[in-house]
Amino acid sequence: MAAETRPAPLVLPRSTRAQRTPLTWIRRGGLSTLVFLLPLLLVFGIFSWIPIGRAVVMSFQETNLVTPSTFVGLQNFRDVLADPLLWTAVKNTLYFALLALLFGYPVPLLAAVVMSEVRRFKGLYSALAYLPVVIPPVVAVLLWKFFYDAGPTGVFNTILGYVGIGPVSWLQDSATVMPSLVLEATWAAAGGTVIIYLAALTGVSTDLYEAAEIDRASIWRKVWHVTMPQLRGILLITFILQIVGTAQVFLEPFLFTGGGPANSTTTLLLLIYNYAFANSLGGQYGMATALSIVLAVILGLLSAVYFRLTRGWSKS
Amino acid sequence: MSRGILSPADWRRPRVRLGALGLHGILLGLLFVVGLGPMLWLAKAAVTPTQDTLRSPLALWPNGIDWANLSTAWTRVEVDKYFLNTVGLAAGSWFMQLLVATTAGFALSVLRPRYGKVITGVVLATLFVPSVVLLVPLYLTVVDPPLLKASLINSFWAVWLPAGANAFNILLVQRFFGNLPREVFEAARVDGAGPFRLFWSVVLPMSRPILGVVSVFAVIAAWKDFLWPMLVLPNPELQPLSVRLPALQRFVELDVFLAALAISTVIPVVLFAVFQRFFLKTGALTGAVKG
Repeated sequence: MAAETRPAPLVLPRSTRAQRTPLTWIRRGGLSTLVFLLPLLLVFGIFSWIPIGRAVVMSFQETNLVTPSTFVGLQNFRDVLADPLLWTAVKNTLYFALLALLFGYPVPLLAAVVMSEVRRFKGLYSALAYLPVVIPPVVAVLLWKFFYDAGPTGVFNTILGYVGIGPVSWLQDSATVMPSLVLEATWAAAGGTVIIYLAALTGVSTDLYEAAEIDRASIWRKVWHVTMPQLRGILLITFILQIVGTAQVFLEPFLFTGGGPANSTTTLLLLIYNYAFANSLGGQYGMATALSIVLAVILGLLSAVYFRLTRGWSKS
Repeated sequence: MSRGILSPADWRRPRVRLGALGLHGILLGLLFVVGLGPMLWLAKAAVTPTQDTLRSPLALWPNGIDWANLSTAWTRVEVDKYFLNTVGLAAGSWFMQLLVATTAGFALSVLRPRYGKVITGVVLATLFVPSVVLLVPLYLTVVDPPLLKASLINSFWAVWLPAGANAFNILLVQRFFGNLPREVFEAARVDGAGPFRLFWSVVLPMSRPILGVVSVFAVIAAWKDFLWPMLVLPNPELQPLSVRLPALQRFVELDVFLAALAISTVIPVVLFAVFQRFFLKTGALTGAVKG
């Protein structure tokens, strides 16, 4: 395709090696090309590439803001592994990811399949579904925090009161706090996924439905045997994106509960944040980077294994 | 004619028709409650006295409308200042992202130096690094930046400059520039346009659509950002709304606080209402490209 028919570069005719001197390089526009690349090189260099490299180095160092860093081998990793909170954070993060899959994975799919059949006011449906995504996340969390008020006159408790349930103590009870967080997170994110599925659904060839109808397939069979297989590729991608995203959940536990009650919502990112920034006297930067590197490597391996295992599935 | 899962014949069957319309009605009702409900509630609560909101939060009509909440939030709680900070942060981040993405896209897709592929590769590789990894080292970079003598903490540059390092923008712009007709560039060159003229007078004017996409993403992302501005702008005078709101909650009365929440929702919702079509299209695009 496009890559094959790549036209000759504009940096005009490339002569033989013997003639290449710094002067000809400048005359052919080498210098101005570099000027155009300068913002990229500076910004990415200083604020992306060097920090990524530094993260790897720092995970083997003792770093503070006063004295020069010293290498301490694997000590940071040992400290992280010895932290009893680590396993709580791992468990909480897995629990959040699992609940987010249960709540958040089927809902956008169902909504999108139904919405794709709407013939009037389709735009209204998708605009309403997308609206929560537009609200700034901080505002959404603070608003929901008020909705989750544990008293009998809290917004959600009032609604539950109509049907004779409650009052539920939502964020104060270690049994209900995580589902409460996931509910808000799902509400805030589902609209984006709905839009993705809607776009994928418009790509399903109508010939396939017609062929299924000639074979007298029922509506359910059309959904199951035509629509779903056609969405398989995008479903596989949203699945792993959701896992990678929820493994890095920060805003909800940070703003809703700060990790409580009794550390029942301390997630891995909250732990990393606490290592580095909770102590105003200077953080345990080494431990924080060590844990973030471990998390990144695990997520990277997980994605690689996932795409390898599912490679054959996405072709239909 | 376009059709979906249901065929025109299906639609003519009364049972299917009723079922589908019923399902659509239920879904529309749910979407109204779930999508619009919280926002309508917030709009109402913003002008409702605290006692009303606390005692009967779901009452449809407050006992008295308290418009003063909005003005109190705007002036006495100084939401205006934090609002301006948000605007300033968003504007600077927008400019940095456009600057880096367009110059880099031009160099890599139009000028095409031999080493371009390496740079593209290294830029795209950063897409696969989760942002957690960057958190601490980037913070330390901002505390003690190379090439500069002073710390960038409590400076908007600490937000603006890292915002420019957005690999996704580079990917989008580079692909768009790469698909522009090269005959136009050749013609401009024959007419004596140098690379800077080519960039400013030919490539940029031809690229309005992609510049629009990058701009909207940049503004929305800056508006949503929380953790990073909180870390690098510890001075409350400089903080954007998103960072200031959680802190305000502690010393502001509830009705005024809810009014502040409502004010900070207005701009993104207006942007969405204006560019709705665009959001719903590109929202799908980003999802597809991310994979």
